[in-house]
Amino acid sequence: MNPPFGIPPELFTILLALGLLAGFVGLNGLVLVYLERKVAGHIQRRPGPFEVGPHGILQPLADALKLVGKQLITPRGADKWLFWTAPIISFAPVFVLFLPIPFGPVLTAMEMDLGLLLILAFAGINVLALCLAGWSSENKWSLLGAARAVAQSVAYEIPLLLAVLAIAFQFGSLNLSTIVSGQGAWPWQWNIMVQPVAFFIYFVCALAETNRAPFDLPEAESELTAGFHTEYSGMGFGIFFLAEYANMIVVCAVATALFLGGWNGPAAPGVWWFLVKVYLLLLVMMWFRWTYPRVRFDQLLNLSWKWLLPLALINLLVTLVLVKI
Amino acid sequence: MRQKYRIRLNVTTLQTLPQPEVCIALLFEIAPNQIQRLSTQGLAMTSSVSPGRLYLGGDFYTNHFEKGSSPDTMILNMGPQHPATHGVLRIIFELEGEYILRTEPVLGYLHRMHEKMGEEQTYYQYMPNMGRVDYLHALAWNWAWAGAVEKLGGIEVPRRAEFIRVITCELNRISSHLLWWGAFLLDLGAFTPIMYGFDDRERILDILQRPTGSRLTYSYYRLGGVAADLDDTALDMIRDFVPYLRSRLPMYRDLVTDNMILRHRLEGVGHISVDMCRRYGATGPTLRGSGVAYDVRRAEPYSVYPELDFSIPTDHECDGMARYNVRMAEIEQSLNIIEQALDMLPTGEFWAKNAPKPKWKAPKGEVVFAVEGARGKIGVHLVSDGSAKPYRVKLRAPGFSNLSLLAEVARGTLLADAVAILGSLDLVIPEIDR
Repeated sequence: MNPPFGIPPELFTILLALGLLAGFVGLNGLVLVYLERKVAGHIQRRPGPFEVGPHGILQPLADALKLVGKQLITPRGADKWLFWTAPIISFAPVFVLFLPIPFGPVLTAMEMDLGLLLILAFAGINVLALCLAGWSSENKWSLLGAARAVAQSVAYEIPLLLAVLAIAFQFGSLNLSTIVSGQGAWPWQWNIMVQPVAFFIYFVCALAETNRAPFDLPEAESELTAGFHTEYSGMGFGIFFLAEYANMIVVCAVATALFLGGWNGPAAPGVWWFLVKVYLLLLVMMWFRWTYPRVRFDQLLNLSWKWLLPLALINLLVTLVLVKI
Repeated sequence: MRQKYRIRLNVTTLQTLPQPEVCIALLFEIAPNQIQRLSTQGLAMTSSVSPGRLYLGGDFYTNHFEKGSSPDTMILNMGPQHPATHGVLRIIFELEGEYILRTEPVLGYLHRMHEKMGEEQTYYQYMPNMGRVDYLHALAWNWAWAGAVEKLGGIEVPRRAEFIRVITCELNRISSHLLWWGAFLLDLGAFTPIMYGFDDRERILDILQRPTGSRLTYSYYRLGGVAADLDDTALDMIRDFVPYLRSRLPMYRDLVTDNMILRHRLEGVGHISVDMCRRYGATGPTLRGSGVAYDVRRAEPYSVYPELDFSIPTDHECDGMARYNVRMAEIEQSLNIIEQALDMLPTGEFWAKNAPKPKWKAPKGEVVFAVEGARGKIGVHLVSDGSAKPYRVKLRAPGFSNLSLLAEVARGTLLADAVAILGSLDLVIPEIDR
């Protein structure tokens, strides 16, 4: 494709990719909201949304419309600038996160050798947003939520990195496309068979990183009302919400690329295999959320520091030894 | 101290108003040095408050909740609008990080003067109030009132009515426990059990709707009987329901009770010793969760309970899990009771022919009558001066004693534990405030 107006081709690709990604993230957000409500409904022996459109399919649109239409309230005493910057900071990195993800054999926005590093680095920005939101809200519940978010993020990023590192060492690359093409078409040729421990650690940490139940402590409803986003109304909350879903897709997409063979599949490899695997992982996350009680904060940290971190280190060492042999 | 400042306000003219801090102190009736302390110690979050504007957060309770010795603590106000307080309970915490140094429940947001209303209404008219004291186990309160008046007036209750009371009261107890189960797990962050609990509870409500005519705030018992008979349809529904719920309970155990996260959240959390129960007067599953087999149905038998065969579940662990297990076991025992009562249900009248008339005058006297509610011992202390209205009614709500434990139990635990302890006490706020 030749870019118009003499735009450099690299820039054109990135702009096109960003446009497509914005659509993809928005659309996925709607689909996931619908899916989550339906999954929750069926787990809870009720039909879920049913009124807006056939089988409630337009419900997420109605939700979005409602959120957009609501008044944006800044609480008295809140730090206005930080308060409204926080949701934007939480959502902004999402675009960068999607760039290096190999959706299909050719459908990668930006081939880069450090793709994995880029994702991990930018995924860390989210916690800054939660921290700012909690601090600037002038609300003690938000503050507690922010404190929890920071402690949780620090604790779980390390085992997550170590788990990912094991895969990176195995393939000698941080390029997600290389890692995907290194895996075969059939499930037993995927990394999850070689590195089940790393996958387990990665998935648990991903749940914690995206603040999903049973690790949803920063927004623990029954304890902290709504945690860091207690004071946000309308789209302020909506953007946090959208960012959470976008982050869920990112961690599931990375898990698919690293462990589940990416776009490889037994027949007709392509983007559909990738999406199917991503959505399966997302369904597992939703299933967890609507099934488990929430862990306590000290248990959460204990799990990371006392169990996942040593396990990830051992896994990494074993991988290194095996790779050297 | 307050008196002193009032006087100062009176003698100070507007021209000679003192420092702004003192002005605020006068307005809020607080000593100026106390304001200084409150603002520096973070009661008002001073982080983003502009200088020159003294921001006094909170009301009388938060401002008079004395700070402890540690300087780095935060006073946190939970409720009266909070998802974990189930109604309008308010709790003030002093936190260090997330650890609770001190806590104090604040009551009175749902005070409706039920005891005073008792003095203004006739014996029959007071019955609907009983359904609203504890809306989750309304029939036990119905029974407590009916029983107290019957004891005072020496009113005979037909045998069929006694069995109907047992059946409906135990059904109501199960529905209360099912709702507690769902709400408790909601406190612990599991969203789904409450839907399952509600689903089963719905069947009980359908059953109770037939004889009582209402689904929540029952006013079904009468002096000397019940308002309506249990017809064959209702009896069939109950007969179907008992095995149905029995078949559901193993699923609850597999899905929820044996869940590892739940066990870690509850085991060893909220240790309530027998001695503490004695000091605070805790009853019901809270006391039985501490290993004491005290149940009013056995300890001070009333109605036909002595003829029924059931056990009193206890657990010696004294923690949140013990109270959980006791309640789950009580559901099974209530099912046993219902089954036996259905088999023993005699024919006959459901409301004594010679029951008191609406304007009936009770004999002069004083009685105390207690029944076992879902939350513990429900007591009615009734004093009559021989007129058509009671002279004094005192309602003993088990939730009040159970809540008073919280301050001692929650000390030193995490905020999340306090929520779990609160849930494990199974509080119904209208009952506590009355």
